[in-house]
Amino acid sequence: MSVAGRLSTALREDPGGTVLLALLAAVAIAVPVLNQAVPASSSLHLSTYSLTLIGKYMCYGMLALAVDLIWGYCGILSLGHAAFFALGGYAMGMYLMRQIGPRGVYGNPILPDFMVFLNWQKLPWFWLGFNHFWFALAMMALVPAALAFVFGWLAFRSRVTGVYLSIMTQALSYALMLAFFRNDMGFGGNNGFTDFKDILGFDLHEDHTRVVLLVVTAAALAASYLACRAIIRSRAGRVIRAIRDAESRARFLGYRVESYKLWLFVFSAVLAGIAGALYVPQVGIINPSEFAPINSIEVVIWVAVGGRGTLFGAVLGAVLVNYAKTFFTGALPEAWLYALGALFVLVTLFLPRGLVGLLSRLRPTLGTDDALPARWTHRSGVGASAGNKAK
Amino acid sequence: MKAPPPELTRDKSLRLKDLTVSFDGFKALDGLTLTVDPGELRCIIGPNGAGKTTMMDVVTGKTRPDRGSAWFGDAVNLLTLSEPEIAEAGIGRKFQKPTMFESLTVFENLELALWGDKSFWKALVARLSRPERERIGEILDVIGLTAQRADVASTLSHGQKQWLEIGMLVMQEPELLLVDEPVAGMTPQETERTAELLLSLAAEHSLIVVEHDMDFVRSIARRVTVLHEGRVLAEGDMDQVQNDPRVIEVYLGA
Repeated sequence: MSVAGRLSTALREDPGGTVLLALLAAVAIAVPVLNQAVPASSSLHLSTYSLTLIGKYMCYGMLALAVDLIWGYCGILSLGHAAFFALGGYAMGMYLMRQIGPRGVYGNPILPDFMVFLNWQKLPWFWLGFNHFWFALAMMALVPAALAFVFGWLAFRSRVTGVYLSIMTQALSYALMLAFFRNDMGFGGNNGFTDFKDILGFDLHEDHTRVVLLVVTAAALAASYLACRAIIRSRAGRVIRAIRDAESRARFLGYRVESYKLWLFVFSAVLAGIAGALYVPQVGIINPSEFAPINSIEVVIWVAVGGRGTLFGAVLGAVLVNYAKTFFTGALPEAWLYALGALFVLVTLFLPRGLVGLLSRLRPTLGTDDALPARWTHRSGVGASAGNKAK
Repeated sequence: MKAPPPELTRDKSLRLKDLTVSFDGFKALDGLTLTVDPGELRCIIGPNGAGKTTMMDVVTGKTRPDRGSAWFGDAVNLLTLSEPEIAEAGIGRKFQKPTMFESLTVFENLELALWGDKSFWKALVARLSRPERERIGEILDVIGLTAQRADVASTLSHGQKQWLEIGMLVMQEPELLLVDEPVAGMTPQETERTAELLLSLAAEHSLIVVEHDMDFVRSIARRVTVLHEGRVLAEGDMDQVQNDPRVIEVYLGA
């Protein structure tokens, strides 16, 4: 089958995902038009502030996708995914810092301002290469992947599961936060990186650049969705759900459960890292608070609100909860954490399948992956008519 | 893409000799000697604590005996192999409580049990070949779940779940199947279907069935072994065994 043919079959079987991809396409077209072509005086004009907000939500959507892939389908509840997001963000931040060049406050062509301030004479070895975009790009994926690989290899091989694993991921993120707060780590301490100037030669303060970043983010989110979907629809995806349902049975059938978990975890970390890398140039800052444990917990809430184990539901949850957050933190800043907590309790009690679960009760065709209805009926006539040699 | 299932010769007998297992002085097995021929369907009965489960544990590598020997064919010394190695050598075990992948369909459950390379990277690109599809179709037929092939496993009845799990074991092409209390908790109709299923499997596999349900044993058994206090008390067809005065005394008469 051609790629296009395969894509259209995949979309037909996945109405929720089709809606998501259509919305992303609409955003990628409409937002640039409304921001660039519609004059600022018109009520239809989209401000740069709103544009940045939409880009930010899409990055969160990607992070939620990464968490849903491992939590919804494999039962691995990571409370440390913000760490991978932040690492990707720091990799991008390092590139952006190197791009500032002599335009910093201290005018040092090589060293970022905070290093000059700390009286450092030369660039630490781990900053080498970050002046090249391709190198930074590789690091955005490789650093989260390496951390996830080492962590996952140790944890899954020792058969750490459930709440213990969740606590370990939380501790990992917390430890990284403490480390990145230290000035002598070489990552700008508690100020992190900011005052970025440009990316690939384009001014980050220009609306054009921001529009392009938004379109790239939309494309990255769409590609991530399709990649997750492809994994879940493969036999490996079925093994992953099998592990969630009955881990020991999967082992007994000869599946190396730890290696499945490990590769899925690494892939998920890479997605989170890329999301973080796209986030940083749009919001213009990265600092150690991105590693904060509460951030990782929020991601889990997004996924739970949207609908665990549905992928598109995770994106939906991320956007809706963050929209609510933007609204609340403007109107009632101190109430937000209570509202978030209440939301999680309410969803857990009354909407165990999230908003997607609610929608699919209204429209059964929005079936979720946990209970794929009649998946094989339309394409497995061969087996049904097979002889019965065994008798 | 995938290696074919191993050529199983289906000519291995299970020979247990003088097996003794003690737990804190209690002899779970006490010099148990038992031979099951290739292609045989053997039922094992006995009161609680007679050593039925311990015997299965020894055969599948879960428990090591203090004394004795256990061979599968002439080349496989079961006492030197680990649990997965024994599974690979062609001995499958069905535990009492059905376990399968509840959120997958019946078809998908069987698909995952297919013999073959089970690595992540292979599974990522794996597609069912026509022979594999046909094989799954055959097993669906054997376990009587063809009509339920697209149903999610969690929606199956208790009996259907037991059959599905037996089907998953059969997909792995074992030579010898150990089945522990297959009809516990089943309706009479389900029990009857299970008897048919086990009889149909007996043509291609050796089977050892541990069961309490006497009517069920009568309906499938050719040879019955009665265990008592870790030893074989009697062996023979159902009538011989039921008329054996020692058996009546310890088990059937009670």
